[in-house]
Amino acid sequence: MAVPAAIQEQSIQEQSANSDAVIDLHGLSVNFGRRPILQNLRGDLRGRAIGLLGPNGAGKTTLIHTLLGFHPPSSGTAQIFGLDIVNDANQIKSLVGYMPERDSFIAQMSAVHFVRLMAELSGLPPEAALERAHEALFYVGLGEARYRKLDTYSLGMKQLAKLAQAIVHGPKLIFLDEPTNGLDPPARARMIKLIREIRDSGEAHIVLSSHLLLDVEECCDEILILRDGQIAVYCNLEEERKSNRKFLMMETRGEQSKFVEAIAGLGCEYALTGDHRLKVVLQEGVEVRDLYRLAADKQVQIRRLSYKRDSLEDIFLKAMENGHGSL
Amino acid sequence: MAVYEQTYKRYAGPLTPEWSRFFIIPRHAYRGVFKSKLFTAFFVICFIPLLVEAILIYLQHNVNALGILRVNVRELIPIDASFFETFVNLQGGFAFFVTLLVGPPLVSRDLRNNALPLYLCRPFSRTEYVLGKMSVLLILLSLITWIPQLLLFLFQSYLEGASWFVNNLWIASAIFIGSVVWILLLALLSQAVSALVKWRVVASAALLGIFFIPSVFGEFINVVFWTRWGHIVSLGALMKNVSDGLFGTFVRTTGRIVGFDGGVAREVILNEPPLWCSWAALFVICAICLALLSKKVKAYEVVQ
Repeated sequence: MAVPAAIQEQSIQEQSANSDAVIDLHGLSVNFGRRPILQNLRGDLRGRAIGLLGPNGAGKTTLIHTLLGFHPPSSGTAQIFGLDIVNDANQIKSLVGYMPERDSFIAQMSAVHFVRLMAELSGLPPEAALERAHEALFYVGLGEARYRKLDTYSLGMKQLAKLAQAIVHGPKLIFLDEPTNGLDPPARARMIKLIREIRDSGEAHIVLSSHLLLDVEECCDEILILRDGQIAVYCNLEEERKSNRKFLMMETRGEQSKFVEAIAGLGCEYALTGDHRLKVVLQEGVEVRDLYRLAADKQVQIRRLSYKRDSLEDIFLKAMENGHGSL
Repeated sequence: MAVYEQTYKRYAGPLTPEWSRFFIIPRHAYRGVFKSKLFTAFFVICFIPLLVEAILIYLQHNVNALGILRVNVRELIPIDASFFETFVNLQGGFAFFVTLLVGPPLVSRDLRNNALPLYLCRPFSRTEYVLGKMSVLLILLSLITWIPQLLLFLFQSYLEGASWFVNNLWIASAIFIGSVVWILLLALLSQAVSALVKWRVVASAALLGIFFIPSVFGEFINVVFWTRWGHIVSLGALMKNVSDGLFGTFVRTTGRIVGFDGGVAREVILNEPPLWCSWAALFVICAICLALLSKKVKAYEVVQ
């Protein structure tokens, strides 16, 4: 007898009550033979879109594969929506979608046939699977090409077909492993747009693994940087963006020395970085308008003012230089 | 996620029961298999011996037809265990060729295209995957082996009477067990070869080789060492022994050789390996195939 997906999900949610975390890592370690690939990963990820960053061989893909149940943990465990990745693997698999990094499809099949097959394997009845396959392919922009064989697709189209199969069953969590690999700029922009749309729909969480910092920065609100199988940095990009609002870069014209003395008088730290340029760290209670007022008093023109924020690239490079961070 | 809405939406409809999902694979596979006109034609040809068998059974019981054809009933083949065994073996041959056409690409295509992660990231286990792929062959081969043979057995029973049915029920079990062992062996071997070799043509050649090269080697052993134990490595001979055992026609001594050893005449009696050896050899082959499948059917190969 067919079981409504909503009822199945409700029973899963009951099991995973009291857990807001999307992914909860409990000392997760994975070894391939004697080689440690992931070492004692701890923490919980709660973001709507979680970015996985790290250099080649850092363990990003292995982490995704372990969460999907492809590799058994050698010690520790992890939970997805409160469900254990070892004991509740089947329940987890019914809640997730996966877009692999490498070309993965079934040759000599049309896209609609392929996506339908994947939907049926996820548990959708044949009619619903066919309907959703058409919808998913239209959604990713392959509507017109959906009856073409996958072998004849370009790389960009194959990436979109992989995305379609990952979302066809409407998962609650979608793992995207290097989704923009090999895409030209327009195709990349389209893929990023789709990922952001899914994120903004509020219907699914996304875990995005990528080498491209810009992709992660554009899509994610939380990032986990891995290095040598360990967590190098965890960063909540939203909070980082908020905190960065305290750092200002200014370019001025006029007598700067009196102006910077006045800024120091407000209790703000400053640093002169070149001709007519200075960095200011705003203190609690000091607003930008106060700086404009001071500038007017000291007859200094503020020609340019911008928030100096650590870019994701800065965070990533620091993570690669520094020791291990933790959640 | 309706086409016109173009938004992402979760699925909230009914789901199919988990136990039934392995049937999805054969259902989709047959769409591809029967697209080939050549295969469809061959599959139809596979039913011709069954038609002949049905006609022979019918003629045995239809005096009028025999009269028209001017055939004496004694000239016809008797409908007994040997009759059914002959046709079971004939259909077994057809089953082998169907396996050659259908089996090799089943797993290899998925391995070549890295499709296994897509199957296994869903609520679909490795066992279900192997079961699904095997059932593509098992269903097809059943349709040309034990299912029609049992129907013909029932046809014969209907024409002959209830007592014949009761007295010969063991033939039905021999048909069923013999055919199932054969198609299971074919399915396992072809899946194992398919999992090892990624190219279809090579996989087909390897499957042919597995059947014929050990047979030649076995015959070589038989000739050189004046024995029949070479049959233990020949899949065809193993299956023949098992089938003969099931139909009650198994004979251990299958020949005598008179040779000269150091100028002294010596008679050697050639004995087939005991039946249990044939069963054990088949069991070992199936176990090896399962072990290979278990090793190869993984989402990703781990390089240690």
